[in-house]
Order: sequence, then structure tokens, then C-alpha cells
Amino acid sequence: MPTLKKAENPFYFSTRLILRELTGRRARNIKELLKGIKTVPGSVIYNHTHQFLQQHIYLSPEPPNDFAYWVREFLGDDTLGERLNSIDTCDYVTIRDLRNAIIKTIRDYLALKKTPFRNAPKGTEFNFIKAYSFVLPTPYVAYDLKEFLEGIKKISVYSIYFHMFEAKLRLERGTNDFSFWLGTSLNEPELADKIAGLDPYTYTLEDLREKLIKLIEKYL
Amino acid sequence: MEKRIEDYIPIVGRDNIDELRLIAEKLKGKTIQNINSTAVGGGVAEILSRIVPLLNNLGVVTKWDVIKGGTDFFQVTKKIHNALHGKRENITRNNIKTFFETTKANIKELRLYGDIIFVHDPQPIALIQEKKSHPGAKWIWRCHVDVSQPITGVWRFLKKFIERYDATVFSAPSFAQKLKLRQFMICPSIDPLSEKNREITRVEILSVLKKYGLPHNKPLVTQVSRFDRLKDPLGVIDAFKLVQKRVDCHLVLAGSHAADDPESSEVLAEVRERVKDDSNIHILLVDPETNDFDINGLQRGSSVIVQKSIREGFALTVTEALWKARPVVASAVGGIPLQIAHKYSGLLCHSVEGAAMQIKQFLNNPDYAAKLGANGKEHVKQNFLLSRHLRDYMLLFLALYSTKDIVYL
Repeated sequence: MPTLKKAENPFYFSTRLILRELTGRRARNIKELLKGIKTVPGSVIYNHTHQFLQQHIYLSPEPPNDFAYWVREFLGDDTLGERLNSIDTCDYVTIRDLRNAIIKTIRDYLALKKTPFRNAPKGTEFNFIKAYSFVLPTPYVAYDLKEFLEGIKKISVYSIYFHMFEAKLRLERGTNDFSFWLGTSLNEPELADKIAGLDPYTYTLEDLREKLIKLIEKYL
Repeated sequence: MEKRIEDYIPIVGRDNIDELRLIAEKLKGKTIQNINSTAVGGGVAEILSRIVPLLNNLGVVTKWDVIKGGTDFFQVTKKIHNALHGKRENITRNNIKTFFETTKANIKELRLYGDIIFVHDPQPIALIQEKKSHPGAKWIWRCHVDVSQPITGVWRFLKKFIERYDATVFSAPSFAQKLKLRQFMICPSIDPLSEKNREITRVEILSVLKKYGLPHNKPLVTQVSRFDRLKDPLGVIDAFKLVQKRVDCHLVLAGSHAADDPESSEVLAEVRERVKDDSNIHILLVDPETNDFDINGLQRGSSVIVQKSIREGFALTVTEALWKARPVVASAVGGIPLQIAHKYSGLLCHSVEGAAMQIKQFLNNPDYAAKLGANGKEHVKQNFLLSRHLRDYMLLFLALYSTKDIVYL
């Protein structure tokens, strides 16, 4: 059996937990939604483009962002809902860019829209909520691929979420933590690329864990 | 028997419980002092009685003190409670005097020792006047009440106290207010090991149906709620009558009846009048002695659960039904849209006709109903069980010591 490559710098698994902070700001229609999206802090945009994914981690692949869901279900605007839903979050490495893409999608749509704005039914207004993140270390550490695989199996889905989503987008690291470590510390560039090439937004978090396990096992 | 945190591992997984332990470590050395107005009865006491022992079990020193007050004080706080729900109340100068005198007496008697003083609901809210005498302590006001449409004068009265706290907590986004302090959202939770929510056998379910004379071979459409206009029992009956034209099924309206509540008696009479002699509609006054077990059996024995409320707090009856993997049709009010993502984990409705349509959808499409029911259960597992509540409370305590968007612990 070949000896496993050992990394000089190990991979420390962390986890990320969220507490939600209310802003008290609401939108009744698309114009108010757009105004809110332009002005709220980045942590609010992050929350609404990722909350669905975190709260509905069991759902089979259709994780729309909160804006798309609200526009479709409560304003009854399927066209705009679909456009917002198809914004590919993977294409953006900063919240700023993602926010601009959402603003542009709504603006372009409004420029063509001839019908009056519809208000959401009372009680179903869009509430802007901020994600307040806590990052804390777990006891799991990996020096080689086998330990890395064990870690992936044991950590919570929130930890997978942190390393695959949060690190990349909100912390503006460009790639996910797993790929970064595999490529730079363990000299496994092919596996790193394969993980980086996944569209994590189209898997449930448990399915994503399974996908990672299968990919890593091929290199053991 | 008092539950231990390990008891929840088979339900939420070891990874989740391990994370709770990691967070608890960060609170070492801090004492949490909960203060509310009653040790038994009511939702706040119930949740504290579950949460306090489990936090201690996790190693977070957590205490619970109760303020004292006479009947006159609780009459005033009941008026305040109603006004927060949007009901006009005549709050007199004497009422205010009683409120302050009782607060003063409690300040004298109650020892404030917590590093974090966690005050629940309006009754003890004015204890914050003692903040200066306890430098270094952090104060949180936890509002368990639906304050989406409060009576302005009463809200203004409370706001003067609220804004002296370090943070406040509401149960749903629609309850958020314009305030000069941080407002966190922490949803309530259910205990999956409680009598109302634990797994029960098919035999036990059938025994409950038999006890109340319900058929076991016909689909049951059930709403569990007290007989209150805000729960719209008449609307549920009207929706059921539309369903009944197309599907052979029975309706169950199950609730408790407080004999000393004149409105409850009135509503019950109206409901009976609307039902007339329809033998497919069952009005159940649930046996208070076995209430939790019976509700468990009724919910699990139903094909569709309805919550067609006009207004709601968080609506824990919906949480309970979803936890039992039941397909739920509910109004998009209060905390319900947080629990039901329309067409993913249940169906939302906005009218009698809409409710009828959604009920028929479920009854005629058992696979669809089962899929949404399974999603609903998973949604509750991830977001509305006691373990998530513990996690949020511990994060809230930690949040008091930082203002950054990302906190590295």
C-alpha cells in the first residue's frame, strides 16, 4: 500500500453557526425590495442568498435565494422569480458583485415592465435579516487524505457549509477551503480542481458530503 | 424524568450535540440568570423548564428566578399583554402605579447576580432600572409575544425600558420594531421527547381515535387550537364543506375550552351552530388530563393538518404537526411562513377557498402529501427543535460581547 502524502500544514476543520439579527426593515413590493437590496449591509445580502440553503438543507436540488422565492410566491411574478433564481452564485467571489448582479436583474426587468407594482399580501412582506456568524474550531485535524476523509465524515453539515460556501464568498477567499488546502498543502491539485468545479448550490448539504466522500475515496 | 443532552443524539445526531458542547465551552465562567413571572403554566415557563436544565447539563451555569406580584399586578400585565397583541385596553394611572410598586418590591427582594440577565416578557421588564447597580452585567429582554401590531401608547411605555437593555429577542421577523438596540430573531422550539411530540405506536394512535369516536378508515382533516375567533374555526368548517363535496373525509376541530372565558364559550356555540347535524364534523374538547398524548395521537392519526388562523404568534401547533411528517395547510400569518416554505414543506393559504383547494390537493395526491410532510419534518429537525433553541441562546449570550458580523471564537 503506498504511503500517504503528509501535509506540513494540517487542515483544521472549523464550523460556522449563525444567529439572525432583525433589521426592522421591510419591503412590500418590488420597488421597496430593490431599494433595500441596494442599501442593506453585505451580511443581509449574504443571509438572503444563502439562508434557504442552510435552512432547507434536506431539499433536493432547488435552493432558490430568498428574493426569488418571495417574488415568485408572494408577488406572483414567475418571470422575475425565475431570473433571480438563475443568478449563478458560483460566478461571484464577493458579496458586492452578487448584490450588483441582483440589482441589475431587477432593474432590467423593471425597465421592461408595463404593469403596476403589486404589493405582497399583509403579513407576507419581505423582512431583511442579517446573518451574524460565529466561527469556531472543531476537534478534527487532517494531515493526510485519510484523516481528511474521516473529518469530512464526522463534521456537521454546518462545517461543510463553512468550508465550501462561507470561506469562498463571504470571506472572499476565491476558492473553497478544501480545494485550497488540497492544492497548496497536500499537493493534490487534481482533486482540488474537481472539488472546486462542483456547483455546491445544486446539492443538499448531505448530498454534498456524499459527493466529497466519493471524490476523496478515489484518491486513496 | 429530567432529560439529558445525550438523549437528543438519536434525533439530531452526535455532530450537532458536539457543536453545542463546543459553544458551551466558550461560556465557561458566565452565569445566566433568567427572570420571568411564573414557574409553572404558560409557554415561557414550559420552555424555561426544558432549557435551563439542559444548559446546565452542557456546563453553562443557568439559573431561573421568578418575580412576585399580587392579582392587581397581574391584571395590569394582562392588559399590557393584550395591548401588545393589538387589543385596546383601559390602562389607568392606578394600573401604572401598581406596576411600578410591584417592580420596586421585586427589585428589593430579588437578588440580581447574573453576568447575563435574561428577562422574559413584559412583567419583569422594568427591573432594568437596576442596570446601573450591576455594572458589567449584560441585559437581554426576550419578547415571547406577537408585537407586530401593538397599541402605540403601551408600546411607547415599554420602549423606554426596552432601549436600556443590551439586546432584545423576538420570535419572528414580523415582530421586529424600530429600536435603538440589537434585535435578534430566535424562534421557539418543540421538544421531540415530550409527551406531545414523542413517537407513538399505531396502536396508541388508534386508541386515541377510538376514545374520541373518530373513524380510522376515513381521512381526517384536523385543526388543533383553542376556540378563538383568531383561529378561524368557522373558516375551517366552510373550507371543509367545499372539500367534502369532492372527497369523503371527516373534519376534527380539537381544542380546550376554558369555562371562565366567555369568548371561548361564544365561539364554541357559533361553531356548533355552523356544524349543525353534519356527522362528519367532530368538535372535540380534549381531555386536559391526557391532553398532550391525545393531541399527539390526533395529529399523527390525521391525513391533513390545518391551521387557518387569522393571526398567530409563532404557531407551535404547526411545528408539532410538521414534526409528525403531516402535510399541513396553514395561513401565511405570524411565524407560519418561517415554518412552511410554500410547496416545499407544506401549503400556505390566504382564503377559505384557497384552504379548501390545498386540502384537496393533499387528500387526492398522497405521494405529494407524503413528500411535503417528509420535508416539513426535516425542516423542523433542522430549525425548530429544542437543540437549535439551545444553540441560538448560547450564541446570543456570546453575541453580547461582540459587534462584528463574523465572530471567531
